[in-house]
Amino acid sequence: MRRTTRALPNKTGETDQLGVLQPGVTLQDRYLVLGVLGSGGMSSVYKGRDLHFPNVTKLVAVKEMLNMAADPTMYEMVVRNFEREADLLATLSHPAIPRIYDYFTQEASSYLVMEFIEGRDLERLLGDSDTFLAEEKVITWAVELCDVLTYLHGHQPQPVIFRDMKPSNVMIDQHGHIRLIDFGIARIFQPGQKGTMIGTEGYSPPEQYRGEASPAGDIYALGATLHHLLTRRDPRAEPPFSFSERPVRQINPQISPELESVVNAALAYDPKDRFGSVEAFKVALLSAAKQTGILISPQKSTALKLPSDVQELWSFECEDEIRGSCIVHRGILYVGCYDNNLYALDAKRGTFLWKYPTEGGIPTRPAANEDLIYVASEDHRLHAVSADQGKLVWTYLAEGPIRSSPTLYEGHVFVGADDGHLHVVNMLNGRRAWRVEAAAPIRSSPLVFDERVYYGCESGDFYCVDFRGEIKWRFRAKRAISSSPIMVEGILYFGSMDWTLYALEAEGGWQIWRFRMGRPTISSPAYAEGKLLTGCADGNIYAIDARNNREAWRFQTEHQVTGSPLVQEDSVYCGSVDGSMYCLDLRSGRKRWMYRTGGPITGTPTIHEGSIYFGSNDHRVYALLT
Amino acid sequence: MDFFKRIFGRKKPPVPPDGVKTAPLDPMMVAPTMITPLQGRIRIGMAQSTGVERTHNEDSLFVLQGNAAGLEALPEFGLYVVADGMGGHRSGEVASAISVRAVSRRLFEDSILQLMSIDPVTDLVPLQDLMRMALEEANMAVVERVPGGGTTLTAVLHLGHQITVGHVGDSRAYILTDSEVHAITRDHSLVKRLEELGQLRPEEAEVHPQRNVLYRAIGQGANLEVDVFTLPIPRDSHMLLCSDGLWGVVPDQEILRIVSSSETPQEACDRLIDAANAAGGPDNITAVLVYFPPE
Repeated sequence: MRRTTRALPNKTGETDQLGVLQPGVTLQDRYLVLGVLGSGGMSSVYKGRDLHFPNVTKLVAVKEMLNMAADPTMYEMVVRNFEREADLLATLSHPAIPRIYDYFTQEASSYLVMEFIEGRDLERLLGDSDTFLAEEKVITWAVELCDVLTYLHGHQPQPVIFRDMKPSNVMIDQHGHIRLIDFGIARIFQPGQKGTMIGTEGYSPPEQYRGEASPAGDIYALGATLHHLLTRRDPRAEPPFSFSERPVRQINPQISPELESVVNAALAYDPKDRFGSVEAFKVALLSAAKQTGILISPQKSTALKLPSDVQELWSFECEDEIRGSCIVHRGILYVGCYDNNLYALDAKRGTFLWKYPTEGGIPTRPAANEDLIYVASEDHRLHAVSADQGKLVWTYLAEGPIRSSPTLYEGHVFVGADDGHLHVVNMLNGRRAWRVEAAAPIRSSPLVFDERVYYGCESGDFYCVDFRGEIKWRFRAKRAISSSPIMVEGILYFGSMDWTLYALEAEGGWQIWRFRMGRPTISSPAYAEGKLLTGCADGNIYAIDARNNREAWRFQTEHQVTGSPLVQEDSVYCGSVDGSMYCLDLRSGRKRWMYRTGGPITGTPTIHEGSIYFGSNDHRVYALLT
Repeated sequence: MDFFKRIFGRKKPPVPPDGVKTAPLDPMMVAPTMITPLQGRIRIGMAQSTGVERTHNEDSLFVLQGNAAGLEALPEFGLYVVADGMGGHRSGEVASAISVRAVSRRLFEDSILQLMSIDPVTDLVPLQDLMRMALEEANMAVVERVPGGGTTLTAVLHLGHQITVGHVGDSRAYILTDSEVHAITRDHSLVKRLEELGQLRPEEAEVHPQRNVLYRAIGQGANLEVDVFTLPIPRDSHMLLCSDGLWGVVPDQEILRIVSSSETPQEACDRLIDAANAAGGPDNITAVLVYFPPE
């Protein structure tokens, strides 16, 4: 028998003080200790060799119970519990239960000698990979686990309740079959006394807290184990009995609704609402597998196209790709295009009003203030044009292309440029008020708040400067920061090409947390209802709890997400390089609708009077009725 | 280096030129302009009692608070920790004591001391990760040194405008305004969980025989999960950290009444302890109260 504990993985180095046996020790002149398999609490499990078979290497697992109880009653209880495990195992005979060979007591310790199982337990198995397990595989194991539980529950003269079903107690042996390990179920339990602990570990059913052990409890724990296997979310990291708050398919949409409902039924709070027996559980699993075709043909097509229940209001074709974002100001939509023009369209009808030519592509979002529109272009210039007719008012020349969207604040335009400067320009006359140098091109849009300017640059440096251009603090990410920061309650959030979303305290720039994603990100985060939303080149739109960087949900699109999400009421709108605009439910991340365009969507949508506007690399600007 | 000199450069106090003994100035003689008015300051109070029914105190607390003024001054900082130990044979008091030490040491070394370095330190561990590491270290220390012992632990690290909270067990952190009191931590107790699930009414939970049963605590195995979160500091409000010897006995509204009717946080803490003992003092009582001034 083999047991791994997450508990003390490196225990071997410091084992002497805990009294763990060293390799080379022989017990009863028969069992040679080869190494420690696991150790935790009062017991250790060793890999051993049975010396009664001198010509072959017969491996055994030796479980040692070190009795450190000082109190005589307690000492007795520990011994009795261990004996009970030995007695129980000795009466069981099932292919999924390890055989017991020997039991003895030596000095202050008792020992169980058992079959050595070659393989990995499910907790290790989960930890060794970072992808979801296949539904088919999990169902196969679940059915085998139902079989062994059926055997235990039908045991004569007394049913045996396993009471400790969890991934670390299930081994997958070298033949791919499950083996149930660790029947050392008894935990010292003194209800009501101060300081009493319960070994819930997240898998135990609610009624176990009342000291009830029944087959329904094993059903719950098996449900909890399956939930963990399918979602990769460790229930020990969550509040007890909170499975219903994180439905399987919300975390792993690959799983069939049939299997999800079987798992839910097993996890019902009230034992009466669960399956009546493990056999019924197994029947439900098999029928779920049949319905989804898993047990018949694993390659059943699930390509079901959802109809878009969103209506196109209008679309307008420009002469090149639209990579930037649009704004709506006084009923007019403004958007820059790679045909070098800034377009002005009637937001309601999509009719062309005017266009203003720059001499470079426009990858940014325009900004508007009263009668002026400000737009940054790769022609090195910031242009100010009249909002109604697109007449040039002034231009400001930087020393490199401008790929940062301008921010307006108290009479000034704040914008970064590829010349490695943050430029601050008078809004009315286009004169430079001041500028400050950064370590590399600035492509993020600066955030201005409370006499401070915050911006990231392509070297990975993130700056906080005051209005005199003096650096107040600097933070360094490992790669470029093209994502624009936002600030919520004194905390800055932005993404980086180093695959990370950062949360920094705005006053001093201390990192509060970071959230690691699957690829780089240039998407600027959005905030709503305590959640941060961001896109990532790994194709996901993430929702992250702003308080503690826990992932609330993620939604997988079919390509990189370089644009930024927009939140309106309880909907998240975000475009993807896969060509679609997605509308997701803010709370669950479930898709409400998607709208396919003919090219990647790299900008951020905008919403105005019930319509959503965005551009696509298919050269078109879209207006959809939401 | 200048910075260093500014702080530590003054080796000796200047000798009065005429050899006359120095005496405090009459406050009336000091022109008001000579005093740089410092903004409202953080004020703290703390108190602890074994209680009426217990013979041992198994609670521990740690308080550290720092202020600085001047150009490029350090931000205000503070570290507040309360722990409530459990387990027989003195293991509760040892568990809470070494946990508080382990947590305080880690947070002090890797956050507050780093702030004081003269060259900016890059690549610091994020504060929330640091808080988690600190509590996990405390957990390992208890698992290894105090078998059978355990402790709750609630730690608050204040830096600048934010507080980062680390929490395991059923000690509590509260925010108290003039008129409202609410707990910002969530008890890791069975009854609280049943209450959250709608299985118990709050008044049933208060008298439930298993109300002391925790599902998470420091020292109960290696799979410790810690609640960690960050909040803006509560301006013109109090933050209270306390063990269940206080909140289990003195109702929230009474706590609020005492805090808002006290002159100082210290007076409030003393009165809170008195109230808990007056109500029977069934358990050890610890209270740490921090007042954050308006901006």
